[in-house]
Amino acid sequence: MAVSSETVALLLGAEGNPFARRLRGATRAVRSIGRRPLGAFGLVTIAFVVLMALLGGALAPQNPLSTASFDFAHRMQGPSGAHWLGTDESGRDLLSQFLLGARVSLIVGLAAGIASAVIGSVVGICAGYFGGWVDRALTFLDDWFLVIPFVPFAVLMAALLQDDARRIPGGRTGIIVLVLAITGWAGTTRIVRAQVLSLREREFVERARSQGASHFWIMRRHILPNVMPIVWANSVLIVALSVLGEAGLSYFGLGDPDSFSWGTVLYNGFQAGAINQGAWWYVLPPGAAITLFVLAFFAVGQVIEDAAGPRARAR
Amino acid sequence: MMRLIAEKVTLALVTLAFVLTLNFFLFRAVGDPRNDLLRVPHMPAAERTHLIHERGLDRSLLDQYGIYVRNTLSGQLETSYHAGRPVTDVIGEALPNTLILALPATLLAALLGTWIGILSARRRGSAADGALTGASLTLYSMPEQFLAIAVVLVFSIWLKAFPSQLSEEPGSNAQGLSHVWDVTQHAVLPVLTLTASILASWSLIMRSSFSEAMHSDYMTTARAIGLSPRRAVLRHAVPNALLPVIALTAISLGYVVGGVIFIESVFSWPGIGQLTYDALLNRDLPVLQGVFLLTSAAVIFLNLLADLVIIALDPRVRAT
Repeated sequence: MAVSSETVALLLGAEGNPFARRLRGATRAVRSIGRRPLGAFGLVTIAFVVLMALLGGALAPQNPLSTASFDFAHRMQGPSGAHWLGTDESGRDLLSQFLLGARVSLIVGLAAGIASAVIGSVVGICAGYFGGWVDRALTFLDDWFLVIPFVPFAVLMAALLQDDARRIPGGRTGIIVLVLAITGWAGTTRIVRAQVLSLREREFVERARSQGASHFWIMRRHILPNVMPIVWANSVLIVALSVLGEAGLSYFGLGDPDSFSWGTVLYNGFQAGAINQGAWWYVLPPGAAITLFVLAFFAVGQVIEDAAGPRARAR
Repeated sequence: MMRLIAEKVTLALVTLAFVLTLNFFLFRAVGDPRNDLLRVPHMPAAERTHLIHERGLDRSLLDQYGIYVRNTLSGQLETSYHAGRPVTDVIGEALPNTLILALPATLLAALLGTWIGILSARRRGSAADGALTGASLTLYSMPEQFLAIAVVLVFSIWLKAFPSQLSEEPGSNAQGLSHVWDVTQHAVLPVLTLTASILASWSLIMRSSFSEAMHSDYMTTARAIGLSPRRAVLRHAVPNALLPVIALTAISLGYVVGGVIFIESVFSWPGIGQLTYDALLNRDLPVLQGVFLLTSAAVIFLNLLADLVIIALDPRVRAT
């Protein structure tokens, strides 16, 4: 299987490469993921959402924050020529909100995903590298965050932070990123730690240590490059979970009312009574978009996992 | 083996202590509880001081912590800002309603999910596997509130097949069997929605753990010594593949709690989820804290239980 061997080479190889080689490796990985139908679906969908995030502002017929967009004579109306996705409870164009929503959902998902990956890698490397009581304490924390019921914890934390919204960069959206990052790092830590435990005993680490390299140097130059492939593969899943998490927290009214993410549009629709009025055009596009977008990340993750799992490959 | 059990129990207790402490400091690190408590406008200064004193908020942090731990362990939580009643009572009333949804849904999802997982693992790579895994992944990717909204729109607004609101007919004072029937009718949609939203956790885990078991050395051995394929699967692959499912069923309580919060709020089902949703809209922090404490304690307890079950079932673990 040509696909898997290349992906595996990318996942397990890459020891402190120069930038050009890394870029080539990344292109090859993307191409090999795209060769599988599931992977192609994922990549195309993600590319589409990225495009929508970049162009959404320019394409949107209305700015939902401007007073001109309010049109109370045409409230809660279904799709029509004037409003392709219908209107909301204030007569505003829902297509515009949908197009703008891509940007917020993407940015929040990526920011929270990257932050989780960074926290997860740092904690995992420290736990695996130092061992002893550091490892035991960090693993305890990690296990705790893995089993904790996510929704009650995230919701409690976000609610407690609401008063500080002005002091946190990004306001309420920033709080959502922060909460998702705090609750999302544990999975990465577990995987990274396991990898570091075996890396720590390898010759190149031994050699660096005998030559007097500091702990920080070894972790930075010898351990980190070797765990990065796993971190990348794993962050695909974390971004997916963060996009879902953003939709969840927005549904509790914790999002920024002035920014339109797919999650907040879903929340607005629910609050405006879209269910009882049968206003499917209000909830279907954002809900389906979140589902497809998350599914795309899972699909890419699944292709990477299938390629990397030795048992699946042996078949 | 006794040492292993003792270790697990100790760990669970330490984790519980950690949750208790975190719950206390989370509340105090972010914002001042004196301000949270006193959201009443035009409150006289004397009343204010009295309330602060009554709750011990004017004492040292360590004293407050002591009072908090003692109260919590004796089942005494704070007072709900919104309902004006003890959080313990408010949660106690909501809990049975949540269990009506959560227990059948968890059972259904665990059985159905395990079965689907085995089914797709045995035909790995086939069209059937593709469809089942695709469906599982789609359900997993769907925001629970969106799934619930879609279900209500289709089944109760358009098809009018089931009621979508509350747990019983409004104003009903039916007793006995007719009350049970009433509640059952109202529970059908939320239970099925919850089942669908958590099903994928089981089916996806079972798929990977079962196909791993099928390709393991002991299955090769079982075939080599001439066991029939059926016997080999039932006696060797299934028990091994089920171990992660047991662990998952315990951990899944976290997902169940999450799912139930979204689904109850869409269906206006008067349980813990609806309580949480309302508490958020009213900024009723003590209730949120209580829900967090309760669900965390339940998850820790169930994890301990799962660990003990695995110790009892798995001879490899028992031997250590």
